[in-house]
Amino acid sequence: MHDRLESLPRNFGVLSRRDFLKFCAVAAAGMGLPLSAGIRMAEAVAEGMKKPPVIWISGQECTGCTESLLRTTHPTVEKLILDLISLDYHETLSTPSGELAEAAKKKSLEENRGKLILVVEGSIPTKDGGIYCQIGGKPVLQILQEVAPQAMAHVAIGSCAAWGGIPSAGPNPTGAVGAAEALGGRYAFINIPGCPPNPYNFLSTVLYLLTFKKAPELDDQGRPKFAYRRLIHEGCERRAHFDAGRFALEFGDEGHRRGWCLYKLGCKGPETFNNCPSQLFGDVGPRSWPVGTGAPCFGCSEKQVAFTKPIPELASLRYFTPGGIPVEEVRKGGGELRVTPPVAFAPIEAPKGSGVSSGAAAVAGAAVGAVVGAAAAMAVKLGQKEPPQEGGGEG
Amino acid sequence: MAISRRSFLKLAAGAGLAAGASLAPAPVGARPPVPRLPEAVGILYDATLCIGCKACMSACKEFNGLPPEHTDPRAIWDDPLDLSAKTVNIVKLYTHGSGLAKDREVDGYAYIRRFCMHCVDPACTSACPVGALYKDARTGIVKYNPDVCIGCRYCQIACPYNIPKFQWDSPFPRIVKCQMCDHLQARGSFPACCRFCPTGASLFGEVRELLREARRRLALKEGEPTWFPLRRVDSGSHTYRAAPAYLPYIYGEKDGGGTQVLMLSSVPFAKLGLPALGEDSIASHSETVYHALYKGMLLPYLVLSGLVYLVYRNTTKKDLP
Repeated sequence: MHDRLESLPRNFGVLSRRDFLKFCAVAAAGMGLPLSAGIRMAEAVAEGMKKPPVIWISGQECTGCTESLLRTTHPTVEKLILDLISLDYHETLSTPSGELAEAAKKKSLEENRGKLILVVEGSIPTKDGGIYCQIGGKPVLQILQEVAPQAMAHVAIGSCAAWGGIPSAGPNPTGAVGAAEALGGRYAFINIPGCPPNPYNFLSTVLYLLTFKKAPELDDQGRPKFAYRRLIHEGCERRAHFDAGRFALEFGDEGHRRGWCLYKLGCKGPETFNNCPSQLFGDVGPRSWPVGTGAPCFGCSEKQVAFTKPIPELASLRYFTPGGIPVEEVRKGGGELRVTPPVAFAPIEAPKGSGVSSGAAAVAGAAVGAVVGAAAAMAVKLGQKEPPQEGGGEG
Repeated sequence: MAISRRSFLKLAAGAGLAAGASLAPAPVGARPPVPRLPEAVGILYDATLCIGCKACMSACKEFNGLPPEHTDPRAIWDDPLDLSAKTVNIVKLYTHGSGLAKDREVDGYAYIRRFCMHCVDPACTSACPVGALYKDARTGIVKYNPDVCIGCRYCQIACPYNIPKFQWDSPFPRIVKCQMCDHLQARGSFPACCRFCPTGASLFGEVRELLREARRRLALKEGEPTWFPLRRVDSGSHTYRAAPAYLPYIYGEKDGGGTQVLMLSSVPFAKLGLPALGEDSIASHSETVYHALYKGMLLPYLVLSGLVYLVYRNTTKKDLP
């Protein structure tokens, strides 16, 4: 292993080898991979430093996903875009603009056929030929259709790109859909939903792609399992309060101040798959995620929950296995992990004794028989003694 | 003792008269059903809304001063297996097969809350010889007066739902049962179980309002988005969700002469451990029988006079002082 480390370059851009390896090890751990995978990542990046070209297409979005990405510290986004990848086109981060930016995209597309990483941020309007979002006079749907065939990997960052997000909420005037759906499901997108998604879920996915040249393990909605395997409810630090029936009833009440469960305030943790409780946000330590700060989860990453269900509506607890079935068994079909019950429940029929066993009956019968026999024998003896006594009494 | 023909005939005639007296008035004296009180209060429990969080159980214990119960010595938390003198409200779990889908009879699971049903015509108050269990004349809550209770536990045997529990481990035992938090109601509040239910699965209100609400729910189409009141039927706060597939039946509307606790479910009530009782109350049957037996004290007089006759018949001059 030492040789492998020595074979890596001294510097990765502005980062020392030591720092870079540290980052790779953390990223590997974040995905549940062994430490050796971190070294492989570093090797993959070092390998000729051929930085994979990335085209970042923005549809109907608020740039929140990019903003979230800008606030990463391990690595920082500049490490990502300057050292790890070649970000050839990004409407917010590109230095050139206008014609120059479009020219850069055109050049990259010509040079890197079939080698691109395509990242889509924002939903794609499909109504009226997709005219509701145009860049350089071209509908984003058309741009996507041009770029997608050139890409070796397709990543949709944010709920908008993954399944439509805010723009697709009713009445959906622009016919907004996610990137995969806009392209008719022809490309296997890696979806990183969230509003915004945790930037490390995105970074880890990109690193995985660079290292192993394939997508990480995905669930049925195209989400990487290392991040979206578990319900928020399962990893929530307030879960014990849910189990014990202690709920905040309104914002600012005693239960809320004491950090009780936010279920009654409409927390969607029990139906949202994400790693917020363990990954946290903003690198500022414990409790730096919505539920940790006292705001109920609104299910930002979950289709049919975010922007669809009213915020105070109570989450359904359909992911619940009273049988305590092993996780993998349950996941076979739907790719869902379910909540295990808080504590055991009483059965419908209370447990009862099963009556007298034959052994006990035999012992009890023998005892009763012995007593009866003894009494009878005694009565016989008493009867024998009686006549003389009576005779004496009468006499 | 040799029985002469004369005395045998006399006895037979007496017994026949007694039997006739006891059976003849029975159909005439059948007790009429008891109607619902106009201001009766109750609880509507909707099993499809219940999430099994047991908030009602912990609130019940807190507000009624009941201790936790440890049926498993390793248990840290309250874990009763059934209603007991320490537990007057329990959430039970029905499971079948793989138990994956909520409110499904096959390969599904469902919760059911069990507590006093507050019968319109309770068997326990009918069986109680001293009136320790009685029905509140206005609210219809079945209450318990420990000062007159003699500890006979007839109520335990009489109750078709197995609700009243006896404090076997106490030197001065009482009967313990849900009294619908009458101490809270006296202060203008309402039962703790309904107050702390996060989903509106337990709903407090006047029975006629609850019946109206239950019928509204049964009229909904499955999947139709609708609102469900929280805490009280008239609280004004609601939760919104799709209507589940209800069984078209309100348990307690007529069962056992009607109860003030009403239940809705997607899983048959027999599977959830609720007895099939028919529309007549148990008390109406038992009271019909013993009111007939004691009508005009005729039968007791007959039996007593028969006994007196037998004693007289067998008494000789030698026995007299």
